[in-house]
Amino acid sequence: MKELTVDATLESIPAITDFVDEQLEQFGCPMKAQAQIDIAIDELFSNIARYAYHPGVGPATVRVEVIEAPLSVVITFIDQGVPYDPLSQADPDVTLSAEERELGGLGIYIVKKNMSEITYEYKDGRNILRIRKEL
Amino acid sequence: MNIEKKENGNEITLMLAGRLDTTTAPQLEEKINENMEGAETMILDFKELEYLSSAGLRVLLGTHKTFMKRGKGGLVIRHVNETIHEVFEVTGFLDILNVE
Repeated sequence: MKELTVDATLESIPAITDFVDEQLEQFGCPMKAQAQIDIAIDELFSNIARYAYHPGVGPATVRVEVIEAPLSVVITFIDQGVPYDPLSQADPDVTLSAEERELGGLGIYIVKKNMSEITYEYKDGRNILRIRKEL
Repeated sequence: MNIEKKENGNEITLMLAGRLDTTTAPQLEEKINENMEGAETMILDFKELEYLSSAGLRVLLGTHKTFMKRGKGGLVIRHVNETIHEVFEVTGFLDILNVE
């Protein structure tokens, strides 16, 4: 298990992505799964950066683990900001035309579709958001 | 992300390389806005693009809507990889955008 703690800001996204990619490459993660995990990081971490400590700044930790049976990559995002469950958002209507489209909720929806599992809990004053991608 | 521009009359091609995400989407938006005036067709070539997130979708939809308001010309997206194609598919963007 490896983890990195950074300021929960949008500027931290490239550093977080590079850190996770480095772990995934060492592990020989397929390129497509890696790209899908990187997308999930962008969607989830950008939410944390925008809302967790707004209007201030605080820390966020990203943890990478590989688990067996079934072989999966697990990424955990931990922050101490306001409690927020991104899974509480309703799924967007993806059948609407361009004019009717609202983009809210699309990011988390992409994550749900690309990951094998996504879980959220609020525990001991921390938001703990976990994604698992089966390989 | 790197963006390279090619011009062929009023057809503008932007070739994207790298990641189109929260931190780079404003860069694409700016580049598109700079080139919209003379563009009849705006081609985005994704050959070297690794992936895009919803921040990228937002820019694509905005550009598509601008063309629709004009009533002529349009946005064309080329050479999408499997990961990007799936993002377009699950979000319904395949039905909205002109993906070649």
